[in-house]
Amino acid sequence: MLTKSQAKLFFLAGTIIFSVLFLGLSYDTHVNHVANQPYEKTITPAVIAGKHLWEDNNCMGCHSIFGEGAYYAPELTKVIDRRGEGYVKGLLMSPTPWGEHTSGRKMVAYGFSDEDAQNLVEYFKWAGTVDLNGFPAKPKYKIEGNK
Amino acid sequence: MKFKTQKIAYWFFLSALGLLTLQIIYGFIMGFAHMGIDGLHGIIPFNAARAVHTNLLVCWLLLGFMGSAYYIIPEESQNELFSPKLAYIQLISFLAVGVTAVIAYHLNWWEGRKFLEIPRPLDYLVVVNVLAFLYNILMTLFKGKKQTTTALVLAMGLLFSALLYLPGMIWFDSQTLDSFYRWYVVHLWVEGVWELIMGGILAFLLIKITGVDREVIEKWLYVIVGLTFLSGILGTGHHYYYIGAPSYWLWIGGIFSALEPLAFLAMALFALNMYRKGEKKHPNKAALNWTLGAAITSFVGAGLLGAAHTLPNVNLYTHGTLVTAMHGHMAFWGAYAMIVLAIIAYAMPNITGRKLYDNNMARYAFWLSNIGMIGMTVAFGVAGVAQVYMERILGVDFMETQKEIEPHFLVLVLCATGFTTGVILYIINFFQHGKPTDEALVSE
Repeated sequence: MLTKSQAKLFFLAGTIIFSVLFLGLSYDTHVNHVANQPYEKTITPAVIAGKHLWEDNNCMGCHSIFGEGAYYAPELTKVIDRRGEGYVKGLLMSPTPWGEHTSGRKMVAYGFSDEDAQNLVEYFKWAGTVDLNGFPAKPKYKIEGNK
Repeated sequence: MKFKTQKIAYWFFLSALGLLTLQIIYGFIMGFAHMGIDGLHGIIPFNAARAVHTNLLVCWLLLGFMGSAYYIIPEESQNELFSPKLAYIQLISFLAVGVTAVIAYHLNWWEGRKFLEIPRPLDYLVVVNVLAFLYNILMTLFKGKKQTTTALVLAMGLLFSALLYLPGMIWFDSQTLDSFYRWYVVHLWVEGVWELIMGGILAFLLIKITGVDREVIEKWLYVIVGLTFLSGILGTGHHYYYIGAPSYWLWIGGIFSALEPLAFLAMALFALNMYRKGEKKHPNKAALNWTLGAAITSFVGAGLLGAAHTLPNVNLYTHGTLVTAMHGHMAFWGAYAMIVLAIIAYAMPNITGRKLYDNNMARYAFWLSNIGMIGMTVAFGVAGVAQVYMERILGVDFMETQKEIEPHFLVLVLCATGFTTGVILYIINFFQHGKPTDEALVSE
């Protein structure tokens, strides 16, 4: 029968072994993998400025990027492919809220400057180039006419 | 209660229930918005409501954990709290930071990273606050007569929670690395060190309620927290599938997160077995309900519903959909909210001296809130699965899909009303106990 000291040993040894493994894999992911990817070398000052805007306005509070965020508004990893740069930039600069004339969901009218809107577009364009192991998956049965 | 300073827990529990109430109000705003009724958009846009809803959850649970520690640590270490004054300062400053953050979100001031939205200057205050709390708890523990396993596991969970907050404060230009280290905080909190806190509180409650020998309970506590880390640490990998991390995380995350329900299953079986074995039947039925309820509901919500969408080939379609909200609600409720409500239900008669152990209001509070939460989870699940099939499999536009699933949010709001009624009854029951008093002191 298991004794208390054996149980303690199981806890301590398991925790230490798996923590070390996790830290090792984190190092490998960060230094050997992510840092060497081509898209890590295309993070321009505009992309960084766009990421700051993304966070300063809590865009993740409605949208998601890489599938992370909220589920109230569309996933934006491939938004430039899907909607085009012009639409996205226009919406970001608009002084009126998206969906203003409906009773349903709306988006805050940020009324970004041309430069800020462009920085966000650069951030989305960059996000679209990252290798996400197949995410977002292509729909299996694409219905005619859907965007 | 056995030590005067255990009374401090009352103020933490009271504050926690206050923030829970506010969290629920913002939850309703979001539920209506999902239903297509977004009338408050001008003053409380969805992103503000969401940041408030999730951050208040974290705040009230942390207050609940702190209150638990202030109740449990003196009793376990057989020593008055090191500094009651520091505890009060720490509570007031914690609330001040929380309220400032909530106001800030309405003024578009935040650091918009999921769950870690709190503006950076406030982050530093949180760190100082938690350090003050830990200093108080650890000094009490080490100056005490005894250092029990239960107290050590609880203190360890609190200490590691503080340490793991730090990786979330590092800025990365890369969204991939930003996300990668953000999960150090979020995942390793909720599927790691918070389970130590939960395990510690659960062990304390089982010792008190069932009367089973401490040595037996603490032995199994080690096994359970051991299983938690064995599966949970590498289980972080299920957040690394689709963020730009290497593909080996698909199978590491897949295998270890498939093992994660085992820790919760062990916890549920442990709680039920100890209850069956126990010869002492404590009269506090409300505390017993919440304790066993937490162990079982956390297995369903965190364990089973997590496993339902954790495998990479399933998660490819469910990632970033309402399926996550289904799992999230019942997991947090079962694992953390219920254990905090359990310790409150256990502690209140002891610190106020009013032995309201078993009454109808407490029973209705338990059953209504739980049935309401099960209904909410089902509503989220149906909406989420419908979203996955329409948007991810058939390629229907996001907004069109959302329009189609709006009726499920009516069901959600109705179930949430039942849930809220249960919580209100719990809070009324809380106030019926009255205020803490030194007259409630007992020698044993």
